[in-house]
Amino acid sequence: MRIFDPHIHMTSRTTDDYEAMHAAGVRAVVEPSFWLGQPRTSPDSFRDYFDALLGWEPFRAAQYGIAHHCTIALNPKEANDPRCLPVLDELPRYLVKDRVVAVGEIGYDSMTPAEDTALATQLQLAADHGLPALVHTPHRDKLTGLRRTLDVVRESALPLDRVLVDHLNETTVEEAKDSGAWLGFSVYPDTKMDEVRMVALLREYGPERVLVNSAADWGRSDPLKTRKVGDLMLAEGFGEDDVDRVLWRNPVAFYGLSGRLELDVTSADATHEGNSILRGGA
Amino acid sequence: MTQHDAGHVTPAGHDPQGTTPAHVPPTGLRAALTAELDGAARAWLDQALDEAAAHPGTHGPISVWELRLAEAGRRCGPAHADAARVLVLHAARADTDALRRVYSQGTADERRAVLYALPHLVPGPDALPLVEDALRTNDTRLVAAALGPYAARHLDTHQWRHAVLKCLFTGVPVDRVADLDRRARGDAELSRMLADYAAERTAAGRTVPEDLHRVLALTGTEPPAPGTADPHGKES
Repeated sequence: MRIFDPHIHMTSRTTDDYEAMHAAGVRAVVEPSFWLGQPRTSPDSFRDYFDALLGWEPFRAAQYGIAHHCTIALNPKEANDPRCLPVLDELPRYLVKDRVVAVGEIGYDSMTPAEDTALATQLQLAADHGLPALVHTPHRDKLTGLRRTLDVVRESALPLDRVLVDHLNETTVEEAKDSGAWLGFSVYPDTKMDEVRMVALLREYGPERVLVNSAADWGRSDPLKTRKVGDLMLAEGFGEDDVDRVLWRNPVAFYGLSGRLELDVTSADATHEGNSILRGGA
Repeated sequence: MTQHDAGHVTPAGHDPQGTTPAHVPPTGLRAALTAELDGAARAWLDQALDEAAAHPGTHGPISVWELRLAEAGRRCGPAHADAARVLVLHAARADTDALRRVYSQGTADERRAVLYALPHLVPGPDALPLVEDALRTNDTRLVAAALGPYAARHLDTHQWRHAVLKCLFTGVPVDRVADLDRRARGDAELSRMLADYAAERTAAGRTVPEDLHRVLALTGTEPPAPGTADPHGKES
């Protein structure tokens, strides 16, 4: 089973996770820019974070045979902090980089005017840079948040078929599917979706334009949830082609809209036994 | 995107002999790239180099050649990106200030290309802070790229010895260290450091890297018994 996790925050994960992910079949990931649990206080923190997503993290992933890509954005939560807002001016120089495959995560957290502005601005940036967008739907008041999100996208220069609407569930899947957007589902141990409900939704709505991710981060989450969904799909009677479509071909098709996917893992040519990570020379 | 199959591991932009874009003059690099790129990539490169030569300065928030530098991987493919980026930097006649900016704002791949470009663009030691930055990382691709002809020429002895040791720690083949023979020859302090490292590995029940014996032989000096010399302070 080849797996592309289209949403996972590897910065917060260990090399044990990379090893287990590779063993489970994960060969490619996209790491969306998001908040770090601890609020940032300046654009400089974002710069270091973006640089890590374009430097150290792809190197770590390559050690474990996993192709790493990222999406770049000011996240909705921190769009409300005036100390962070100036990072919007820094985004264009990041959005031209190789391996940046979308603008994201953008969207709503508390649905504030500041979030409206950041979302609209960044949808325009996506259109300007030939990139699709990864749009997070809010945890609270989700259906209202989805509707407002879709309205803003419709008013933007970015067509809905270049937008992945993420963290969907039973209450939001239908409207999201009708909009023509790509459909993302985050499978979590407690919140968001679980494997059983995910497979039920796949049966009801089909695998077309569906992407399943672990969204694993610094909170309680499981980087192997993609594999667990694949296993349950097979157990519940889906064919291998359906699994491959959801877990590999759909994410490749969506992020491939950027023209910047590079799924051939470039290893660190000078490393034996991965020991620069296990115990660096310094 | 160039490929949809996963899991294939390729070396990053150098051949086993340790030849990198730092070692090949730009004219030779361009000839080799022209021969290997397909039509679309070749046309992109030709245009990128013409633009860089015509407009080397900064225009607006970002110069056009810096945009080309950013997209070289997806235009030329990862195997040719290093060489393409070195050629863009060379065509733009990037000086130390420009190289510092591009390095600090660059992805790991762009930073590596800046390191490869140094011997072609910077005659003096002004760009050493970039080499030192790369040597502080644990990204072995950057460490290896930092130890090209520019470092061989300019890196001070203490830092150079530590860089060689770091190669042994992190598995960077010492073939990647430019001018290794010349700089190692007669270096008794390097010999002492290597012997101490070998002793540490042996005490831990670990193997001693083959490369360590090679460098030790290159020093041509007899190391003192392990641990008898005064250590030079600790690195943290």
